[in-house]
Amino acid sequence: MAEVLVYVDHVDGAVRKPTLELLTLARRIGEPVALALGPGAENTAAALAEHGAVKVLTHDASEYADYLVVPKVDALQAAVESVSPAAVLVPSSAEGKEIAARLALRIGSGVITDATDLEAGDEGPVATQSVFAASFTTKTRVSKGTPVITVKPNSAAVEAAPAAGVVEALAVTFSAQATGTRVTGRTPRESTGRPELTEAAIVVSGGRGVNGAENFGLIEALADSLGAAVGASRAAVDAGWYPHTNQVGQTGKSVSPQLYIANGISGAIQHRAGMQTSKTIVAVNKDAEAPIFDLVDYGVVGDLFDVVPQLTEEINARKG
Amino acid sequence: MSLRIVVTVKYVPDATGDRHFADDLTVDRDDVDGLLSELDEYAVEQALQISENADDDVEITVLTVGPEDAKDALRKALSMGADKAIHVEDDDLHGTDVIGTSLVLAKAIEKAGYDLVISGMASTDGTAGVIPALLAERLGVPQVTLLSEVSVEDGAVKGRRDGDAASEQLEASLPAVVSVTDQSGEARYPSFKGIMAAKKKPVQSWDLSDLDIEAEEVGLEGSWTAVDSAAARPARTAGTIVKDEGEGGKQLAEFLASQKFV
Repeated sequence: MAEVLVYVDHVDGAVRKPTLELLTLARRIGEPVALALGPGAENTAAALAEHGAVKVLTHDASEYADYLVVPKVDALQAAVESVSPAAVLVPSSAEGKEIAARLALRIGSGVITDATDLEAGDEGPVATQSVFAASFTTKTRVSKGTPVITVKPNSAAVEAAPAAGVVEALAVTFSAQATGTRVTGRTPRESTGRPELTEAAIVVSGGRGVNGAENFGLIEALADSLGAAVGASRAAVDAGWYPHTNQVGQTGKSVSPQLYIANGISGAIQHRAGMQTSKTIVAVNKDAEAPIFDLVDYGVVGDLFDVVPQLTEEINARKG
Repeated sequence: MSLRIVVTVKYVPDATGDRHFADDLTVDRDDVDGLLSELDEYAVEQALQISENADDDVEITVLTVGPEDAKDALRKALSMGADKAIHVEDDDLHGTDVIGTSLVLAKAIEKAGYDLVISGMASTDGTAGVIPALLAERLGVPQVTLLSEVSVEDGAVKGRRDGDAASEQLEASLPAVVSVTDQSGEARYPSFKGIMAAKKKPVQSWDLSDLDIEAEEVGLEGSWTAVDSAAARPARTAGTIVKDEGEGGKQLAEFLASQKFV
């Protein structure tokens, strides 16, 4: 059976969920071989094996943390040369897309970014993409070389499928370009304890209608009642009410949760681009004419300052 | 010493228009207005700010690959304050994918001469966000991408990249490829004077032969990816909409419970 190389996103050996989704998708087109880099790479083996990795290639070097992107491309290229896979799958983070594109160019292959689904086809894997603010769905193939495909979070339900997960050290020689961009400082982001926005099953967002940074507490309280991530529209971010890292939309994150709750968000095309593929969409807005109501499964026309606290209280009561 | 900056820009279909596909599954550009991709305005703005803060002479060239109308995107960038423009236009470019586009841009950048390339974080139509990384790979120079803050000093570019896990300070020697996010600073509006001045600024036109690129390397034929189908997303079935008359929150909680979210 053909091998499929999966690039592992992990933090000190803790594998992040999008990688487990990739392993699930990889099994549709072949046998997953995983590549884990950096500190704790070997510790990823158990989780990866549980989800179908027949082999786990690992390599650790200070270059991965000290220089931007290229050392990881060098390692992925070494893995491709060692495995000769039928396809390479990479999580669709900002960095993942850059790694995938550079790899594809180097090995003479086409690249597809932001796939939302993947299936086996007669002429290689077929990727589904959601384009033009999710108003169109395309099916795309790589027509030259080894398909390199980045896949968005929440594109597949994670399924366990125990495999050998044999750990093997990968030999990596860094290219002349590897040390071109130095990381001279790093300030870790403070954890909010909430799920990561792009991976969360439920996202609760606030927009212009929240009317001030101090009122985002209402949105956070609703999010916490549901174990959800907090998002914000561009208007709320540009006003300085919430950090840019939480922005949902064309110039921010694109999310595809099971449930999306938009509060005080009108639903401009740029916002819709980032949330339209959510499974269930709910909105609270004063303006009955707001375009967001065209998308909803359930909408409440009303003042979010009345509706949201009542909703939060009711959810907490039902849980209690 | 002088600094040569090339800003890559894209002419994109207006996102508020009715965007769809043509019969050959490329983007239909005839039925929807085009404009300078909003995210590229931030790249032009940062080039202008680097120029304004520099002791040396700075020359800013805006570069685009696209059909005849794409000149509009160049004019907008020139009216913001860029010095000159290059338009790569060729019928054989129709349907080119990101790998092919990066080839054309890289050849044009090398022909134009550069110390620094500045791009937007992504186009607002394709939104892949991989062109800057591909340019760095092709040109063999450092990529300093997704910056929310950028400066050039003593032959080096420095910047801040705000990722999910951390905020990173980056540094690379010139020449380099930079991309900037929409957090890098609001783009200026062209002044009337700028608009008038732009009419007199030079716009060079190059075709594939000027760049020693064969037709087979680009276009639909030369693409390393193939679109098999494009379908409009089915319209959502109309949802339930209620007016809050005091119980809106409770009603919504009831809906969420019925869907097993609570």
